[in-house]
Amino acid sequence: MTERRNLDTERFLAHYATMQRIRAFEHAALRAAREGLATGAIHASIGQEAVASGVCGNLGRSDLLLSNHRGHGHTLAKGADPGAMMRELFGREGGVCGGKGGSMHIADFGVGMLGANGVVGANILIAAGAAHGIRLRRSRIGDDRVVVCIFGDGAVNRGPFLEGLNWAAVYRLPVLFVCEDNGFAATTRTEALTAGPGPAARAESLGLAAAEVDGNDIVAVDAIARDFIAAARAGEPRFLHAKTWRLEGHTAADKGTYRPASEVEARWAEEPVARCEGLLGQAGVDPRRLEAARDAAGREMEAVFEEARAADWPPAATAFDDVLDTAPAGGGTTAGAAG
Amino acid sequence: MGELTYAQAAREAIAEEMRRDPDVWALGEDLGRGGVFGQYAGLADEFGPERICDTPISEASIMGASVGAAMVGTRPIVEMRFSDFALCAVDELVNQAAKARYMFGGQARVPMVIREPIGIWRSSAAQHSQSLEAWYTHIPGLVVVTPATPADNKGLLKSAIRSDDPVVYMEHKNLWSLAGEVPGDEDRTIPLGAARLARAGEDVTVVSWSRMVHVCAGAAAALEGEGISAEVIDLRTLWPWDRERVLGSVARTGRLLVVHEAVSVGGFGAEVAATVAEELGAPVRRLGAPRIPIPYAPPLEDRARVTEDMIAAAVREMA
Repeated sequence: MTERRNLDTERFLAHYATMQRIRAFEHAALRAAREGLATGAIHASIGQEAVASGVCGNLGRSDLLLSNHRGHGHTLAKGADPGAMMRELFGREGGVCGGKGGSMHIADFGVGMLGANGVVGANILIAAGAAHGIRLRRSRIGDDRVVVCIFGDGAVNRGPFLEGLNWAAVYRLPVLFVCEDNGFAATTRTEALTAGPGPAARAESLGLAAAEVDGNDIVAVDAIARDFIAAARAGEPRFLHAKTWRLEGHTAADKGTYRPASEVEARWAEEPVARCEGLLGQAGVDPRRLEAARDAAGREMEAVFEEARAADWPPAATAFDDVLDTAPAGGGTTAGAAG
Repeated sequence: MGELTYAQAAREAIAEEMRRDPDVWALGEDLGRGGVFGQYAGLADEFGPERICDTPISEASIMGASVGAAMVGTRPIVEMRFSDFALCAVDELVNQAAKARYMFGGQARVPMVIREPIGIWRSSAAQHSQSLEAWYTHIPGLVVVTPATPADNKGLLKSAIRSDDPVVYMEHKNLWSLAGEVPGDEDRTIPLGAARLARAGEDVTVVSWSRMVHVCAGAAAALEGEGISAEVIDLRTLWPWDRERVLGSVARTGRLLVVHEAVSVGGFGAEVAATVAEELGAPVRRLGAPRIPIPYAPPLEDRARVTEDMIAAAVREMA
């Protein structure tokens, strides 16, 4: 366990509030899926909130984040507006991507969140490239942003894991890679299909300093993320393997028949929000403050849900926007001309 | 005006654009030493190793990193060495570069030029000779450019670098040494999406692109002696293509032949021919490669080529 004496209670109250907001958002998203309001796949991050809050809570607004298909928590923790996010899940006007992306392509460039990604591991290369772009511009415009890339345990068996980590190490890029290991690659236990001593060892073999952390321990995640982000910002790329557990299904439709209920129950006893609550209680924080944070999160996401339900569909003509700027010389009016 | 090769013209375009815009940079294998075809010769001396960036042999990361670098405001020129190798980076191009702007609701721009040298050159066999331009025309979100002349390679490459769209820029390997007049004016660009009249004619419209434009022009010159006047249009940009120019020409000549080096089946010629048939009801024909991988031995490789004689014969049958 991480040293808990002299706990910075205000800092962890902020984390606690973020984690409660993520959990409430995810519950609302799952409800939207059950009720047919979120029409696409929903990958909830319940149980993984400490990774999102602990890592993203150490980023500035202009720092950059790349996420994966299970990206609601990361996006919220980076500062995105949950209303625009929920409208996106519902495919409604005013969604953060105009209803064009949905849950798996959630993005909010205004807060440096450059996109979730529907392809496992694809964000690793994009993150390395964003860091490369920042490095190129650093000397000219004083860009000192850092890039964080969060992907799952399944991604470590894809080529971009090797290629992107090598790239970041070779060019000494300002990037932190976070493997958010929730135990399952889709619905298969990752350990059954992953050779060797693990993601951190793979990263170290490419020359990246790496660490493993209990991803349900907000204090530990916060501490290592703070150190690693500072190092990455200085041009020393880092790798963090955060071990957590996915408490809900792979998607909202997944009944989880591949794991016993007793195992899920045991894992609920280790979930990060209650652990943080216990910690703050021990540190003498008034329970009413914790209750207030939880209630505020619930009310906020309830309101966001209702607003999304009341929102209009995007105008159908917007289906043809944002494809290409380049137009044919003689103009074009067929569907093909959209690009 | 001055005479430059197709490769030198591209090099000049890059040098001019890199002087003009500090966010333009190039990355790929062996670029510091001038690139595998010398198309980056000397650029590292002027711009340094950060902006003429040597990379690992790792096409997926060259492409994927370029997507991220473009999203943060730089303008990468992405060298794939051979279009065949770019197939290692299809997710990064098709699922990421081409989709980012759209699926994020217009929040992203991905200004990158993906240079993919195409085409048959002698005895390079199945993995160094393909012309896969049609694949990319099928992907919403990509521009596809196939220059045929040194002047076009400069003007079109400059436009591609200045474009905010991802542009798949396919140079033909057998054209690198082709010399021709290239305007020296640094402000001269050639718009993407505009075809070029390579040769005026009255009796039949021949549409082509890349190296095959020159073969078509040779066939047209031979046919002139027989009293057949063939108009040759160099499409230059395959997406978005210059429908108006092609339809206007066929409306005058009454018939269309599309010629490309790529496999005929599922080639972009089918799109041009179908459009002309739908819009004008004119007779159309296609000429492309047979559906075989490119073989190594010269007599076998020649069976994969579309020749001047084949083009002339097709025109005679149509005229």
